[in-house]
This record gives sequence, C-alpha cells and structure tokens, in this order.
Amino acid sequence: MNSLILVAVLLLLSAIGYQFGRKRALAGTGGEIRGLHSLPGYYGAYVALWCALPALLVIAIWLSAQGGIVDSLLIAGLPASAQTLSTGELSLLLSDIRNLASGDITSRTPSPMVLAAAERYNDLRSTGFAAMVVVGLALGMAGFFFGWRAINPEFRARPRVERIVHWALIVASAIAILTTIGIVMSLLFESIRFFSRVSPVEFLFGLNWSPQTALRAEQVGSTGAFGAVPIFAGTFLITIIAMLVAVPVGLFSAIYMAEYASPRFRAIIKPILEILAGIPTVVYGFFAALTIAPFFRGFGESIGLDVASESALAAGVVMGIMIIPFVSSLSDDVINAVPQSLRDGSFAMGATHSETIRQVIIPAALPGIVGSVLLATSRAIGETMIVVMAAGLASNLTANPLEAVTTVTVQIVTLLVGDQEFDSSKTLAAFALGLVLFVITLCLNVIALSVVRKYREKYD
Amino acid sequence: MTDAAMSEDNTPKELEAALEKAPETEAVKALPIKVRATDVNVFYGDNHALKDVTIDIPEHRVTAFIGPSGCGKSTFLRCINRMNDTIDICRIEGKIEIDDRDIYDRSIDVVQLRAKVGMVFQKPNPFPKSIYDNIAYGPRIHGMVAGKTDTDEMVEASLKRAGLWAEVKDRLAQPGTSLSGGQQQRLCIARAIAVSPQVILMDEPCSALDPIATARIEELIDELRRNFTIVIVTHSMQQAARVSQKTAFFHLGVLVEQGNTEQIFTNPVDKRTQDYITGRFG
Ligand SMILES: Nc1ncnc2c1ncn2[C@@H]1O[C@H](COP(=O)(O)OP(=O)(O)O)[C@@H](O)[C@H]1O
Ligand SMILES: [Mg+2]
Repeated sequence: MNSLILVAVLLLLSAIGYQFGRKRALAGTGGEIRGLHSLPGYYGAYVALWCALPALLVIAIWLSAQGGIVDSLLIAGLPASAQTLSTGELSLLLSDIRNLASGDITSRTPSPMVLAAAERYNDLRSTGFAAMVVVGLALGMAGFFFGWRAINPEFRARPRVERIVHWALIVASAIAILTTIGIVMSLLFESIRFFSRVSPVEFLFGLNWSPQTALRAEQVGSTGAFGAVPIFAGTFLITIIAMLVAVPVGLFSAIYMAEYASPRFRAIIKPILEILAGIPTVVYGFFAALTIAPFFRGFGESIGLDVASESALAAGVVMGIMIIPFVSSLSDDVINAVPQSLRDGSFAMGATHSETIRQVIIPAALPGIVGSVLLATSRAIGETMIVVMAAGLASNLTANPLEAVTTVTVQIVTLLVGDQEFDSSKTLAAFALGLVLFVITLCLNVIALSVVRKYREKYD
Repeated sequence: MTDAAMSEDNTPKELEAALEKAPETEAVKALPIKVRATDVNVFYGDNHALKDVTIDIPEHRVTAFIGPSGCGKSTFLRCINRMNDTIDICRIEGKIEIDDRDIYDRSIDVVQLRAKVGMVFQKPNPFPKSIYDNIAYGPRIHGMVAGKTDTDEMVEASLKRAGLWAEVKDRLAQPGTSLSGGQQQRLCIARAIAVSPQVILMDEPCSALDPIATARIEELIDELRRNFTIVIVTHSMQQAARVSQKTAFFHLGVLVEQGNTEQIFTNPVDKRTQDYITGRFG
C-alpha cells in the first residue's frame, strides 16, 4: 500500500516534469513554437519519462527482491537451534514469524525466540521500505533534473521520445510472446517430470486409466494406472459426434444463407447464429446435463435401449450445437468469396442452382470449408465446460455413444480440482494430458490456417 | 452429334454462293433469321437500361454489338439466354424469338434454352475442375453423354473445334485454371460448344487477353460461324470490323444503327454512329 503512494508521488513528479520541460523549451525561444526542433509536448514527455522510468524500474526490482533478502537476513539472525531445522519446518517457522509480525493469529503460542524474530522482521521491513523510498525519490529527482537540464531549442526530443515508445511497443509484444512460451515450457517441463515416473509408452498406449494414487503406502490400489487410451478414445468419440451434428447443419445453413436466402432473411438469421456463438459454454453444459441427457435417456428407455445418464451422445450433440456457428459462419464467408463469374458460367451452361452449388461452388469453396471444419474440430477437442458437466468421469474404452465416456479436458479438471500436492504422478499427469491436447489442437489449427490461406491466394 | 456431322457446313450451298456474289447488305438480308428481338425494354429497378430494341440476328454469321460502355450491350446479350433472370431487380418487356419461338414464353425451360444458347464471358471463368471435367460439365448435366468413351470423344471433339486439343491433350487431368489466359478463354469456348448450342454469345471475350491470344480467338470465331450463330460484344471497333458481318451500334440504351458491318464502318447513317466510329466519344 505504501509503495503505491510512492508510485503516485513519482507520477505526480513526472507530471510536473512534463510542464517544466515544456516551459523550458518554450522559454528558450521566447514562446515561439517554430523555433523548436520538436513540438513542446515532446520536451515535456522527455523530462517526464526521465523522471518516472528509472525510478519505477528500480522500485519494481526492489520490491521483487526485497522478500528474499529480508527472509535470508532473518534466518541468519535466528539462534543456532533454528538454523538446523529442515526446510519444511523452517518455512513453517518463518510463516509464524510473519503472521505474528503482521498481527495475525499464529499456529502455536509464540516462543520468546519467535517474538524477537517478529520484531526483527518488522524492523528489517521498515528499514527496507524507507531505503526504497529514499532511493526512488532520489532517482526521480535526479531524472527530473537531468532531463530538464538537457532541454534547449535545438535539442532533438522527438526522436528520443519516439524511440522509447518504440521500445515500449516491443516490450508489450515480447510479454505476449514470452508468456505463451512460458506456458508451453511449463507444460513441457511438468510433462517431462511425469514421464520420468510413467513411461510415455504406457501413457500413450496403455488401456487402463485410474490415476488415484494412495496417500499411504499400504493403501489398496496405491500405484495408479496411467494408460490414456480410454480418454483419448472418449475425446475422439465425443468430437466425432459433435462434428456429425455440426458439419451437416452448419454447412447446409451456410449454403442456404449464401445461396438461397433473401437479403432480409439473411440480415435476421446471421445475428441469431452469432448469438448462438456468444452463449457461455457453461449454459450449454447445463442444457446438456439437465435437458438433453435425460431426454436421450427417456427416449432410449421407451425404445428399449439402455442409455447412460451421462452418455457420450448427449455431450457430443450439445457440443455439436455449440460449434454450428463456427462452421456455418466461416463456410458462409468462403462460399460468398466464390467469384460470381463461376456461378454465371455454370448457369449459362444451363445448370440449375443446385447443380451449380454441388458441382461448382462447393468444389471451389472446399479448401475453405475444410479449414473451417478443422478449426471447429479443434474447438470441440479443447472444449471443457460442456463435457465436465455432461460427460462421465470414469474412463471407459468403448465406441458405443450411449455409454458414458470421459475426455482429456474432463480428466485434467478432475485431476487438478481440490487440494493437491503438486508433486504426485496424479497431478503431473494433468500436464501430460494438457501437452497432448495442446499438440493436437496446434496441429489442427496450423493445418486449417494453411489450407484456408492457400484457398485465399487462389481467388484474390 | 458426332464430330463429322458438327463440322459439316449447315449453310445451304446456294446461299453461300449468293453471299459471295451479291453485295454484303443484300446477303445479310437474304440469310435466315436466327434470333429476332422486337421492342425489347429492360429495367434494372428504376433504371431504364434498354429502350425499344428491335434487331434481327442472321444465322451463321457473326453479329457485333458496339457502343460506349454502359450503353446496354451486355444487358441485351444477357436477354438472349435469359441470364438476366438471375438478377432480382431486372425486368424485361418485349419479345425475343429464337427460330420463331418466344424464349420468354411460359412453356420454355430456361435450362434447355441455355443449352441451345451458349455464353462466353469477359473474364475467362473455368470451373475449379480438371480441363476434362470443365468440358464434360455441360454434356453431363444435360444427359448428352453416356459412359466414358462417349464422354472422351465429346471432350476431344470440343477441344479440337476450339483449337485447344494439341495444347492440352497430355494434361487433361490438370485444373482448368493452370492454363494461360488465352487458353482458358478457348477452354470456355470449348465448354460452351460441347453442348452443341445453336447460338453462342460472347461478351468482350478478348478484353482480358493479349494481342496474340486475341488474334487466335478471332480466328476461332471466324471458323465457328460455319456451325453456330455468333453474337459478340466488343469495345474494339477493329475487332468488330475484323470478325463480324453485321454490326449494331448502341448508345444510352438505344439501338442507334444496325446493318452490314462494312456499311456501318464506311458509311454510317446516324451522326452518333459517325462520332463513335471516328473516335469522337466513348
Ligand atoms: N446487375 C445490374 N444491376 C443493376 N444495374 C445494372 C446491372 N447490370 C447493368 N446495369 C446497368 O445497366 C446499364 C447497361 O449496362 P451494361 O449492359 O453492362 O452496359 P455495357 O455492357 O454496354 O457496358 C448500365 O447503366 C448499368 O449500370
Ligand atoms: Mg458489358
């Protein structure tokens, strides 16, 4: 909180710096803007940046390093008996000290040693903070003065300020890229840890999935089995069902909208389909679990079939409904992009509208349609909420859509929900599953995008 | 129809002889009329695009439509195979007869009409199919071929008549779009003649082509008129003079003047035709 005030003070200082910079630049030419190299605002910005940037940077580094430094100073100051504690006990002790220092309740009645340490801890922290305030303000003032001094009418403020803006843009895009790389790396490293315990061959080809590992060694079923084939098969089954729903419905509605519908009808129906794409998946989830699944079950019963209440069919159908708008709106775009000259050519040969659609338009739009179907497939594979709510939890290797199956995303959720130690094979298995999911959807997207791009090149 | 029958000259011998002897104007008049338009008016919504067009198009001749752009040449051409039906706001009045039958009559099936009246467009528009399938497309949808040998013969005959066979006979399975612009346009012509039409409409067929490809197509048009009646829209007066026997000049939706090509270009009656031909506008 106090650091926030420090930051606010620095920002205020830099705002003042902006005004001073402007004034000094204008004063140099006697208020004549045309005598300046750059517009006055650039001189102001130059001083403001010098004032704020170095100070804020140092504060950021200070804040991120302070915790560790204070902790190690604190440990060094503890009596010898505490120095020999194991890491676990030491961190417990440290958190006791911290809690006591901030006035919270501790897990046991504090010993004199802990009390003394808490006092020391507060001392160290307030000293550190005071030092940071001094350094930060000093840097701010120094920057202010330095920037202000440099200003004269010939000074080239614009290129300098613009270079800083340029760097800021680079940093922003680097953050986006680096976080992506970071996520992939963490997936990769955790998966490697998992594969050091469970062999990749077992994971990729094993037929038995029961990730429950026992906490105590003597417990029954303590080992856990990590053969992921049943979950891949379940994902595959549900995705197939979803595509069986989404591709015909999406494609036909796209053809109808692009080729037959009147402009007025199109204007109404397109936004409705887009609304379908805007429904939160959790809503689809309870639609699947509360409406569709019981319906299928009841219907199955009435014709003498045994349908599980969490059947793959229900989850797949609802997921298919969810991705209809993806297929239809992308396909609609590619069908519209087929040049009118091809339609004219076909009509002029005496072809009917439906012959033209089947034999000319669809073949011309096919690469784009394939691309949109692949993108929709990768959506379906990665979709989580619907299957968490409507598909089963138990792994079940079956091709029967009336039985319950589980999917990769469902397993990741169940493996990580709740209190978990982040070290067991069970939690690490989630990362391995995530990695597989990532690789598959990445491949699908890359293929889909390259197919779509190739298609674009052909007609533009 | 077999290749031999198709390439046979349908023009009666006497007529051909008369054509050689008599002055051109007389010859054009003497020929049977293939397409006859009477008082045709076309509206695009409120835009009155064609006004009272009346023209006779002689059989086995090339008739050229010339005129500044936007004057309604394409619009009129598209009336002859009812392509304007595909435009919602387009309304047509008047009468167009082919072989003395009104093509806008209720009893006429537009699919059959278009099999009889082929069309070639300004920009070559081969279908996204192989060269072979491009040609086979029309005969297949009209049920004119049965079996593979039949289709093979038909494809070969059509490509030969469009003068494209030698260039593509070893690459029939390649996409039509892999050909050069001029070859694509000849493919489109071959595609049109594959359904043995009687009339072929061409809307500025050379405007997207280079001079050599253009010359090639003009030669082809001259050969084709032995078997087909050809109507060509062109913005090039030289082209009209080179390939056509009859020329019609359109201006602002009005058919200003029509007649023997030579007469139109050497001795135009109307002031507007004179101005256009001498390059004073357009
Ligand atoms: N599809 C259409 N919709 C509305 N107006 C059109 C359409 N096609 C042509 N027109 C109008 O009809 C007139 C004649 O056009 P067009 O026949 O294409 O001329 P040309 O081929 O002689 O250049 C123009 O005024 C044009 O704007
Ligand atoms: Mg035109």
